[in-house]
Amino acid sequence: MRYVLMICDDEAALLARRPEENAEFLGEYGAFGEEMTARGVLRDGNRLRPTSDATTVRVRDGEVLTADGPFAETKEQIGGYYVVDCKDLDEAIEVASKIPSARIGTIEVRPIWEM
Amino acid sequence: MDDVEAAVAGAFRDEWGRVVATLIRTTGDWDLAEECAQDAFARALAHWPRAGIPDNPGAWLTTTARHRAVDRLRREAVGAAKAREAAVTAPPGGLTDGGGGDGGDSGIGDERLRLIFTCCHPALSLEARVALTLRTLAGLTTAEIARAFLVPEATMAQRLVRAKRKIRNAAIPYRVPPAHLLPDRTSAVLAVLYLLFNEGYAASSGADLVRSGLCAEALRLASTMAELMPDEPEALGLLALMMLHDARRTSRVDAAGDLVPLDEQDRSRWDATGIERGVAVLESALRRGEHGPYQVQAAIAACHATAPDPAATDWGQIARLYRELGRLAPSPVVELNRAVAVAMADGPAAGLALVERIESSGALGHYHLLPATRADLLRRLDRRDEAAAAYRRALAMAVGETERRYLERRLAEVLPAP
Repeated sequence: MRYVLMICDDEAALLARRPEENAEFLGEYGAFGEEMTARGVLRDGNRLRPTSDATTVRVRDGEVLTADGPFAETKEQIGGYYVVDCKDLDEAIEVASKIPSARIGTIEVRPIWEM
Repeated sequence: MDDVEAAVAGAFRDEWGRVVATLIRTTGDWDLAEECAQDAFARALAHWPRAGIPDNPGAWLTTTARHRAVDRLRREAVGAAKAREAAVTAPPGGLTDGGGGDGGDSGIGDERLRLIFTCCHPALSLEARVALTLRTLAGLTTAEIARAFLVPEATMAQRLVRAKRKIRNAAIPYRVPPAHLLPDRTSAVLAVLYLLFNEGYAASSGADLVRSGLCAEALRLASTMAELMPDEPEALGLLALMMLHDARRTSRVDAAGDLVPLDEQDRSRWDATGIERGVAVLESALRRGEHGPYQVQAAIAACHATAPDPAATDWGQIARLYRELGRLAPSPVVELNRAVAVAMADGPAAGLALVERIESSGALGHYHLLPATRADLLRRLDRRDEAAAAYRRALAMAVGETERRYLERRLAEVLPAP
């Protein structure tokens, strides 16, 4: 079963980090990626640029409405994601718990709706 | 016909959970499992009067439900359904059972434990876990579960549908969790088992107050849980609690099926051996020195069960234990019980003050035992008019027939003689 693990954390706090802190954190992500690739569960994954670089698009009455930034203002934003292929939810939870951001933010585990 | 109905009712109590659990394992489809189990019981009602009650009703029901599932899957007869059909028609004990094919399982043989751990998965809301366990494992109807949890039946039906959908869509595994997950998944299971026991102890569905089958079911599962987790004192605490309640079960209702209050129960009818065994289990739990809510509740039950007569009850100790319980697991229901204990230890006025504090907090607004307790305390203070009003309020909320009869009897006592 494929799941998307959405990494939600406070991007402002992340961007305010000292470079050495950042390097250490990225190092942990590197290790996580290697471990999960070796295990064969990792299908895809990316870090996302901050919401200040985001654009939201809606179409209402045939008109394309473009706006700056995320649709909703929340304390935690999606800062990245992984696509993993796991045996079941227990394994997906275990993988999610190993994402470094799980310690400071929230990982939302969503099964992919296979079409 | 009565014999057959009784046999089917008995088989339902004893076998429902096992039939559903087996069918879920073999088909992977919770709705199909429930429907086929239901169908098997309906067939038993039609078939058993002619053919006689089978020697092993459980096996008959499982086989019938299994055949029904095969028929259903054949009719679907495409892709994945074919594979599931192969699993269903495989001999029991083969393919997916125990040693075979079920990697990561703790190797616990009882089908129903697999089911209960899945029902109690932390990715489900607590409400959903309880509802699902009572529906699939104990076979309670949606209406009964709704009444037990004070929500409309439609809400409960929706809760069950959502829970089953999530199990399927998120691939919640159908298994007893592996050892490293087991401790974390235990407390939810214990909570569900206790609710299951309580449902049996004071069934919400009218006529039959004590559905001993449910109590036995909960006891059996709690005992297995305690064996399985020897280092978990709360599992032992829960088992002790159930045993101590169960030992007093038969004296809880009289010949007419009416509820008998603790102080009027015939203590010679209590199961002395059962009480002794319950106390022994409690002591082995307490020796581990890690107190928890179930152990404290079992200690309270032991205070009652070991008092030779009502006057000898150590209400001061019980009030202290309720205070400890309120610290470990705060709840207005615990507060209400503490009020009753305080009323016994220090007089009805002291208890009434605690009841009034709960009332002013707005908690338990739909719980009939709140006005019922108030009524009993007012009756003992000889404030008859106020007591009568409170009994009437309790009667407006109570749903169980025997509880209603008890309240009506008390109401008659405080009304002026005609």
